[in-house]
Amino acid sequence: MRNVASLLFTGGLAFLLLALGAQLAFGDPVMRVGAEYLRVAGPELGAANLVTAILAGYRGFDTLGELSILFAAATAAGLVLGHRRADAPRDPPGGLILTAGADLLFPLLLVVGIYIVVHGHLTPGGGFQGGVVLAAAFFVAMLADPSRSLSHALIAWIEGFAGAAFILIGIWALVEDGHFLAPMLGTGVMGQILSAGTLPLLSVAIGLKVGSELAGLMAHLSDTEARDQ
Amino acid sequence: MIHFTLETVVYAGAIGLVAIGALGLVLCNHLFRMLLALGIAESGANLLLILTGFRPDATAPIIGYGPAGASMVDPLPQVLVLTAIVIGVGVQAMAVSMLVRVYRAYGTLEMSELRRRMELDISAAAGIRAPSSAQSPAGERPLPPVPAYRPASARVQPRES
Repeated sequence: MRNVASLLFTGGLAFLLLALGAQLAFGDPVMRVGAEYLRVAGPELGAANLVTAILAGYRGFDTLGELSILFAAATAAGLVLGHRRADAPRDPPGGLILTAGADLLFPLLLVVGIYIVVHGHLTPGGGFQGGVVLAAAFFVAMLADPSRSLSHALIAWIEGFAGAAFILIGIWALVEDGHFLAPMLGTGVMGQILSAGTLPLLSVAIGLKVGSELAGLMAHLSDTEARDQ
Repeated sequence: MIHFTLETVVYAGAIGLVAIGALGLVLCNHLFRMLLALGIAESGANLLLILTGFRPDATAPIIGYGPAGASMVDPLPQVLVLTAIVIGVGVQAMAVSMLVRVYRAYGTLEMSELRRRMELDISAAAGIRAPSSAQSPAGERPLPPVPAYRPASARVQPRES
């Protein structure tokens, strides 16, 4: 009975979504705001990557909200998992191949992550993507050898610094320009790394925040006590 | 007569992912599988959002990437999905940490078994008789062991499995 009911429910959901999709003109976005962004964003902000331009330029307040959701998730996970006992056992390291591979990958992932964050306004990428790659560097190291743990205090400092930097840039724009998180410092020459005003700074702040948040989450998870045998 | 155009295939794929995820959420009897189903439904929803910004023969929304004068896809759904993915990671990490706590407390993630153990716990705390049906066997049934904390000194060496 329960199976039949859930099958009916899922079928109805899929049918409704399909009916909705059939009414949309495929390949012809009905939202006009996207076309307007495409027309205006380049000259106004000077960022070649329009996704980052919208993310940090036009919808910066939105992005601040997303960052606070992520912060809430990380805090709640830390709260749920709690502290580990000092003598609690840890999982053994993953062996020579895994640890050597992780050591090899760590600097490469860091470089790729920093590149993606810093070039967020020029090439595909930005704070969110690069931050996740930065966090992945620490994931790999922690998964290969669980006895290596990150300093929670250091992560909390980086996280707080990045979040405060994001908000301070916003308040600076509020004082100078009258709008919270309005792009400042002019547009510069499109395509150069020092262009698009405050967008790269916001991108770096987002990257640091997301990276430290996710790395902290992973550190909390790997710090939970391993199950006794 | 069904025409398999690009449109039907991609929409059916994205909506199918949402449907599979929803079905898994309802039908699965295991908390971790429910979490995986949530992840599948989430990717389907993200894909559906991305599809709404599609334009034929358009390039990525990066100035100077495609040929000059080429149209670009709608960047707004991409921005929304980009943040939704990261939020999804946060939600899943939160859910995993709750699963870890549940497993440490009850020793299982199977829903029916979990419910039974919780009811036993609650009735023991309230000092009432545990709920039982006419079909349940007489006498006490021993619970499978809950992984309990013991100090490292009292631990036996882990067996090779």
